[in-house]
Amino acid sequence: MSRQGTRGVDPRKVNGELFTLTYGALVAQLLRDYEDDDEVNKQLEKMGYNIGVRLIEDFLARNNSSRCNDFRETADIISKVGFKMYLGITPVVSNWSPAGDEFSLLIENNPLADFVELPPGHNNLNFSNLLCGVLKGALEMVQMDVDVRFVQDQLKGDNITELRLKFLRRLEDAIPVGED
Amino acid sequence: MAIFSVYIINKAGGLIYQFDHNNTRPELEKTFAYPLNLMLKIYDDKVVVAFGECDGIKVGHCVLGINGITAEGRYLQDGREILEVLSSAENYPINIKFGRQKLSTNEKIMLASMFHSLFTIGSQLSPEPRSSGIELLETDVFKLHCHQTMTGIKFIVIADPRQTGVDVFIKRLYEIYADFALKNPFYSLDMPIRCDLFDTNLQQTIEQTERQGINTV
Repeated sequence: MSRQGTRGVDPRKVNGELFTLTYGALVAQLLRDYEDDDEVNKQLEKMGYNIGVRLIEDFLARNNSSRCNDFRETADIISKVGFKMYLGITPVVSNWSPAGDEFSLLIENNPLADFVELPPGHNNLNFSNLLCGVLKGALEMVQMDVDVRFVQDQLKGDNITELRLKFLRRLEDAIPVGED
Repeated sequence: MAIFSVYIINKAGGLIYQFDHNNTRPELEKTFAYPLNLMLKIYDDKVVVAFGECDGIKVGHCVLGINGITAEGRYLQDGREILEVLSSAENYPINIKFGRQKLSTNEKIMLASMFHSLFTIGSQLSPEPRSSGIELLETDVFKLHCHQTMTGIKFIVIADPRQTGVDVFIKRLYEIYADFALKNPFYSLDMPIRCDLFDTNLQQTIEQTERQGINTV
């Protein structure tokens, strides 16, 4: 009877702080191992990429989203469905380039950096660089080659955290048959 | 009792998972007197009935065993050649077990990549532009359902023609794949899936689907 309160709660959902703390521990350990911000950024992106190529299947399996034919559609789904589903936030999509191949995700309170104060002397570290890798890996699996990078970070004193996504090309030879 | 088997094919057409569900293939045993009233031939290194059907033994069945000794290809386990054993009168009366041969792993891999190409051909032959590949292939005794994800993985389910809810089942299958294959850190992408959790969850879902619905219409 006492367990009734937990019924109806999605068992896949866990406390976000657990994730935040684990991620923090990971970054701290990487900094200790590599002692170089750029190298840490690179490692984080690599890890993120490997997460992204698997996460996309989870995402597609649980959403009935169809293939995007437009980068604006992609931006919408990333912010409103993807971020919502995995991090519980909805970044604002803005700063479109005139060609429509580049946009920014404005993240107001980045859950990955909830408790973080960057120690001095780490101006090159992108604490949440894992996100870049995740986005790149996931989009690559749906045949979009995208460049993702941080341009602003609240941890470094900016007003907002800004992720810039640039569409490079469609990976034509990887498109499965019958998918256009 | 109506989902027969599940195949998962990767982007390149390689079989990464295969599961046969309670496919009890009928086996028939019969004692014969000399001379044998069946024509047997060697086909694909197996002894197959070429002509003469009786008591449920059909053309295409192959010899699975003689007098309780299991057959291995065209030889018995004790090394004797099946056709030789059957041709000498002193071995009679003789008890022979017939049945449909199960697909070997190699054959399954071959069929999977063949379907991969058929899927492509289906899409290219289409008179309408922007056609998908083969999504449903129907025969007298089974329906083959195929779902290709956006990332290019194909989930193939072979089920009874009367089985309902296969689409929902495939969606569940995709979720199980995302959960129990991809989230396993020791599974590498595009490689055969050997995960117990995946197996058990798949089995549960198959049983659930079967309980929910076979159309009796």
